[in-house]
Amino acid sequence: MPSQEVLNWLRTRFFPHIWCPGCGHGIIMHALLRALVDLGKKKEETVIASGIGCSSRMPGYIDACTLHTTHGRSLAFATGVKLANPELTVIDVMGDGDCTAIGGNHFIHACRRNIDITAIVMNNNIYGMTGGQASPTTPVGAYATTAPYGVLDVPFDICKLAAGAGASYVARATVAHPLLIEKYVRNAVSKKGFAVVEVVTHCHTQFGRKNKRPRPIDNINFFKDNSVMNNKASNMTLEELQGKIVIGEFVNIELPEYIEQYKNLIEEVGGNRG
Amino acid sequence: MPKVEFWQGNTAVVMGAIAAGCRFFGGYPITPSSEIAEIMAAELPKVGGKFIQMEDEIASIASVIGASIAGLKAMTATSGPGFSLKQENIGFAYMTEVPVVVINVMRGGPSTGLPTKVSQQDVMQARWGTHGDHETIALAPASVQECYELTIEAFNLSERFRQPVILLSDEVVGHMREKIVIPEKGSYHIVDRKRPKEDPEKFVPYKPDPEDDIPPMASFGDGYRWHVTGLTHNQWGFPTNDPDIAEEKILRLMRKVRRFKGEIVKYDTYEVEDAEILVVAYGSVSRTALSAVREARSRGMRVGFFRPITLWPFPDDELRGLLGGVKSVLVPELNCGQMILEVERVVGGKARVFGKGLVNGELFRPSEIFDFIKEVA
Ligand SMILES: Cc1ncc(C[n+]2csc(CCOP(=O)(O)OP(=O)(O)O)c2C)c(N)n1
Ligand code: SF4
Ligand SMILES: [Mg+2]
Repeated sequence: MPSQEVLNWLRTRFFPHIWCPGCGHGIIMHALLRALVDLGKKKEETVIASGIGCSSRMPGYIDACTLHTTHGRSLAFATGVKLANPELTVIDVMGDGDCTAIGGNHFIHACRRNIDITAIVMNNNIYGMTGGQASPTTPVGAYATTAPYGVLDVPFDICKLAAGAGASYVARATVAHPLLIEKYVRNAVSKKGFAVVEVVTHCHTQFGRKNKRPRPIDNINFFKDNSVMNNKASNMTLEELQGKIVIGEFVNIELPEYIEQYKNLIEEVGGNRG
Repeated sequence: MPKVEFWQGNTAVVMGAIAAGCRFFGGYPITPSSEIAEIMAAELPKVGGKFIQMEDEIASIASVIGASIAGLKAMTATSGPGFSLKQENIGFAYMTEVPVVVINVMRGGPSTGLPTKVSQQDVMQARWGTHGDHETIALAPASVQECYELTIEAFNLSERFRQPVILLSDEVVGHMREKIVIPEKGSYHIVDRKRPKEDPEKFVPYKPDPEDDIPPMASFGDGYRWHVTGLTHNQWGFPTNDPDIAEEKILRLMRKVRRFKGEIVKYDTYEVEDAEILVVAYGSVSRTALSAVREARSRGMRVGFFRPITLWPFPDDELRGLLGGVKSVLVPELNCGQMILEVERVVGGKARVFGKGLVNGELFRPSEIFDFIKEVA
């Protein structure tokens, strides 16, 4: 059961939620809310943005300033919110399709720009909402409604993408590790800069059903059995890492943050005077 | 003493926006609108505003909507291909009732078309570019002075009606330089969005004020919590499929503009009282059309001139009221016949309507429009 403090962050009057029973997205929402409670965040100073997808329906249930935008574009909306009012804590929750297919360009540019926003990517390896079509993170050979003979194209590694594009904080956990999610989200939100937490989760309804993991528990067990912490993974061979999910913090560095730079610019040109 | 400058239209748009209170610009370069982004980049930080060059036009309009939700007056500027890319998020702003100003400096299309040349091919795109029903407010400046004044007006209308407002400039108006008299601060009206007065715990974000069908708007960060979604929503901003609520939402979006159409529409006339021939033109074309009408008048021809300044809503009642003795209506425009459809609707067969299109990237010469007048006289 969620604590009373967590319940205070929910718009329970909008329940029941739209998610299938056992969907991984709820585990992530709970971990996010625990992190926000822990950090002592205020609801009216916290913005939760999202795009479109099952995962992106999360903000509707959170009693904060919530912004459910268009498919793939939420980071661009969030950038406007944060730049307009830097005092706000801005968190953007996205699905794998939302973030890395239609929103891929916004994602890499948000990383590059290093604006103080936290992105939580709920990677269930599928387009859940629209009925199980392949996403840019569906593994090669896995089945999807648009890949009835198995996926041919190679998936993105979201964390490598974020690290390569310049994010200041990058971490991965799975829904089988809710305390890790909470910890990484806490670190990400505390980070001054663009922070990415990828959470590997399941869509048993659309992905599991076609790929031998039809029940939620099949997926949780799969994640437990196949996750490797990154410090351990660094001593493993490529063969040993086949099919494994490497979890942990990959990037945690201090970089110049965009809005700080812009504030300096305003000061330089005298814009703070009037 | 009001200041006099010699500016191009795009500069006047920026200065008008800042005078209107614009403090956020998100953009992506595209000819012939790029100067607006460039000048914004230089000017906004000087007044404590924020400029950001986004990764594309979709992101630009998205950032602008986000900034507006966070409380700043915000705008973007683009042309042809970029205007196409912005359409989905423009629809988001209609649905969520977020004030934003979008400048489209029209160039030749379709596709990449004629990047450096003038056109008026986006009149219907401004009206219907995004999917779904909505009421469009679009203004077409015809001078550098109007670029300034109508940009202020665009902000005022978007703040008042809580929806996107489009400034349909064009390459000629955007790039030509002419004298502009900067109105003194305080001499023009500035509208700010209505804010909620009730306690945050009692705030119902999409509960319309019965006075005008427009809900007061809170900003993220000013103490109110609310949900914004492009899904059809109830008055708490929460998604719903309820047929009655869904219908009322869309009908209200239409109604909040239609009720005040008389206050929104703007137009200009010249020598219409006894006119038998009426030339209807807007934007850069209206300039050459007006010289042709003057020329015709100087030769004793009964020619009048009507210039819609709001292309949307189209000043239909206002035009209808002038048609008394008019036998022919001439509609020169830089497309293959877009605004003429509105004119034909208004005229309704009571006079003959002749269109003249030009899509070669050039502007009509006054003599061409004068010849057009002579043809029907
Ligand atoms: C522009 C646009 N294209 C397509 C869609 C349809 N669509 C809705 S959700 C979705 C995929 C969502 O997948 P993901 O982001 O992985 O979220 P999930 O449902 O798996 O949590 C798509 C393609 C849309 N809403 N908008
Ligand atoms: S379809 Fe998949 S992602 Fe969507 S709610 Fe159901 S289990 Fe979750
Ligand atoms: Mg998904």
